[in-house]
Amino acid sequence: MKRRAFVLGGIGAALSGAGAWALAQPKEQVVKIVARKFTFLPNTVTLKKGVPAVLEFTAPEVVMGFNAPDLKIRADIVPGEVARVRFTPDKAGTFDYVCDIFCGDGHERMGGKIRVI
Amino acid sequence: MSVDRRQFLKLAGLGGVVFASGLARGADPYASAADEFFFVQLSDTHIGFQGAPNPDPLGTLPKAIAAVNALETQPDFIVFTGDLTHTTDDPKERRRRLAQFKDMIGAFKNRNIRFMPGEHDGSLDRSDAFKESFGETHYTFDHKGVHFIVLDNVSDPRAMVGEQQLDWMRQDLAKQDKNARIVVLTHRPLFPLYPQWDWATRDGDKAIELLMPYRNVTVFYGHIHQEHHFKTAHIEHHAAKGLMFPLPAPGAAPKREPLKWDPEHPYRGLGFREVEAEKDEYKLAEFPVVKA
Repeated sequence: MKRRAFVLGGIGAALSGAGAWALAQPKEQVVKIVARKFTFLPNTVTLKKGVPAVLEFTAPEVVMGFNAPDLKIRADIVPGEVARVRFTPDKAGTFDYVCDIFCGDGHERMGGKIRVI
Repeated sequence: MSVDRRQFLKLAGLGGVVFASGLARGADPYASAADEFFFVQLSDTHIGFQGAPNPDPLGTLPKAIAAVNALETQPDFIVFTGDLTHTTDDPKERRRRLAQFKDMIGAFKNRNIRFMPGEHDGSLDRSDAFKESFGETHYTFDHKGVHFIVLDNVSDPRAMVGEQQLDWMRQDLAKQDKNARIVVLTHRPLFPLYPQWDWATRDGDKAIELLMPYRNVTVFYGHIHQEHHFKTAHIEHHAAKGLMFPLPAPGAAPKREPLKWDPEHPYRGLGFREVEAEKDEYKLAEFPVVKA
């Protein structure tokens, strides 16, 4: 009995710890980005370092790609769907991203920047 | 038609820069079986482009053709590694540009010409228009002991070779000896040269993985509008200059934009390449569009 109480107590302490950890998490940063021919709107996004982020992409016209190689994140953006990219920026700086699915005669100009501060 | 080394160096002396590219040595029965020959690689002609980076957009390719025609010895064949035309969203205009390109290359003395699409030719219609004028986008051919594999990494707008083509490649390679001399011709780099500017093939690592067991593999490609040499393990990758406008070195400029036309040095940064296949190496010679 004593042993069971001890074990349960241990689990309770662990759960309590986990709850505290979850409560301490900073709020998620959610940014909506529209990929149109031939621009991302907005095309410069500012995020806070260490705060989980969700980039929510839509593409109303044709399939687009989002690729930020230096942050190791990418997504296909299919019309009619929301493409979500979840990541936690862990380094400050300005990182370029591009559309990496050929989408038309302005494709090569289509890109933007993610600023992490 | 065989070109001995002395003659080749003489050709290169017309304005080219020679780059030697060694093959695996050792007990290689294919090395002695292969005849020496050379071919010419041209790339990224972008017919249809208009803009300040090239005030002679329709005169540059004819000048390159004249330079090839003027070679003392004609190459065994000529290859265009993609972006024959500049992209357009209008399918009719795309066909017109492809037809214009085809008409222009009728001026070559040598009519043995191989083609493949670049993303400007084929990524908006899965190369339908390209195929109407130039046939398949991936194929193989053999020439004097060298097995050539033309890979299409642009018809899928995601810049992918794709599982179907990888299977085809796997089956083709299975018929080759591990010492076979293999040359891959493609448009985009198969390795992630600079993904920040989309200079990569998303599943290029899978193609390279298939090629890895083969000792003598060399890749020639275009896309980046400049000479570039790189090795993934023992496989060499050589990018060719373009014939419309040069682009900055990877990451050397804030944006992937054409370099400015220099009136003091017109056609600077544009050119074509000769590849001489010798018994145990390839010799590359870079030529300008016009002599300095």
